[in-house]
Amino acid sequence: MKMLINVAETVVADALRGMAAAHPELTVDVENRVIVRRDAPVAGKVGLVSGGGSGHEPLHGGFVGPGMLSAACPGEVFTSPVPDQMVRAAAAVDSGAGVLFIVKNYTGDVLNFDMAAELAEDEGIQIAKVLVDDDVAVTDSLYTAGRRGTGATLFVEKIAGAAAEEGRPLERVEALARQVNENSRSFGVALSACSTPAKGSPTFDLPPGELELGVGIHGEPGRERRAMMTSREIADFSVNAVLEDMNPRNPVLVLVNGMGATPLLELYGFNAEVQRILVDRGVPVARTLVGNYVTSLDMAGASVTLCQVDEDLLRLWDAPVRTAGLRWGM
Amino acid sequence: MLDADFFRRWMTATAASVEHEAERLTALDSPIGDADHGSNLQRGFRAVATALEKEEPGTPGAVLMLAGRTLISTVGGASGPLYGTLLRRTGKALGDAAEVDEAEFAQALRTGVDAVVQLGGAAPGDKTMIDALLPAVDALGRSFAAARSAAEEGALATTPLQARKGRASYLGERSIGHQDPGATSSAILIAALAETAGE
Repeated sequence: MKMLINVAETVVADALRGMAAAHPELTVDVENRVIVRRDAPVAGKVGLVSGGGSGHEPLHGGFVGPGMLSAACPGEVFTSPVPDQMVRAAAAVDSGAGVLFIVKNYTGDVLNFDMAAELAEDEGIQIAKVLVDDDVAVTDSLYTAGRRGTGATLFVEKIAGAAAEEGRPLERVEALARQVNENSRSFGVALSACSTPAKGSPTFDLPPGELELGVGIHGEPGRERRAMMTSREIADFSVNAVLEDMNPRNPVLVLVNGMGATPLLELYGFNAEVQRILVDRGVPVARTLVGNYVTSLDMAGASVTLCQVDEDLLRLWDAPVRTAGLRWGM
Repeated sequence: MLDADFFRRWMTATAASVEHEAERLTALDSPIGDADHGSNLQRGFRAVATALEKEEPGTPGAVLMLAGRTLISTVGGASGPLYGTLLRRTGKALGDAAEVDEAEFAQALRTGVDAVVQLGGAAPGDKTMIDALLPAVDALGRSFAAARSAAEEGALATTPLQARKGRASYLGERSIGHQDPGATSSAILIAALAETAGE
């Protein structure tokens, strides 16, 4: 697999140096791997810290800025960051109003953020945590690490970010973040495997004529492998899987998310199918976002996330945001 | 009796083995994980070797606690907290003693493994590092060599199991037929221990 890299060991650091050069509105600590909005800590504002393995860009560093995250900690590729990074991030963004950790449900992320929360609290920083676990493809959560955190992470970070920007206190921001997660469901498919820089070749074997239904953001499967289907069939399968698990009475936010190697031409076509099903099923759509937001390196494929919103959540979704990966209203 | 130097040599031997086996660990982690177990542990144990050289902790407990802290700070993923906790809690259980006997060490390692069980929530047979570590601790009462064999057998015995913890668990039945990379690296850690003891 050809990659635009120097050596695998420096991939994350190289990307951070490039990000720093492109985004002077961010403070990028390349050595300690923490990305912080330039004006942090903002007086009276709850800090929002997220992080996880690299390879999911723009998640999370691309979502740091006014209206969204205060800081992000990128780990090695597909490997959660270490507690030191999170503690450093929390200290950089805490104005005394406390810090919310937004954690995707993967064993490594959960363990490291738990350790970081203890350490940060020892330093006198008030910490709250929210676990994102929106992936309905994981069915037997009794015998797995539970539902994975995928596309809903973007909804949680954006809406909680807007609430924090308004000056809501930590427990309210935390409760809101939890509500957004509970209102959200996702399902993903892979058309090809991804290649990590450390391995240099596809991390799993997916023959050209087949697709994997129910993947997570590292390509981990959830349901089954089938012969390649049309965009319409994939949308039917994915949206039905989501709607089997939620019964939206309110309008929904729709995220049609690319996994990294699927062009927008295909994603928009896929979105047309997703919207057709939602109309057929009588689910009103409040807003739609189409693009590569929670990616898996060079994996081809897409995920669908729906988030049921009330007026407050929709207003917070529409609130201004200025980050590298998501930007509107300012 | 085992002194600080013995534990330093154990950690250095582990670092050398991980260096040597990194590619195999990553290959094992490829079909059922995300193909980085070898490179992650390599980064961690390189840092452990450097930290031990720089700080030169004087007791067995201090050596293992420093090694554990270093792993937590450098590895990430699930392996960082799990291996870090294993060594840190084993070291903590050894206390301030300048030397420990083999029975005391076996008891301390059991405390460390228990802490890993508690942190990760895995039970025997879930296809994790526990499947190598628990048999090793049980055999450590007999000899270091027995612990090494038990850990290696435990790692091999994960092949037919279905993963129930960690990222491989999402594969369900498709995790069957692959040796668990975590159990394999645990066997490497225990093999380095036996090697250090000259067994």
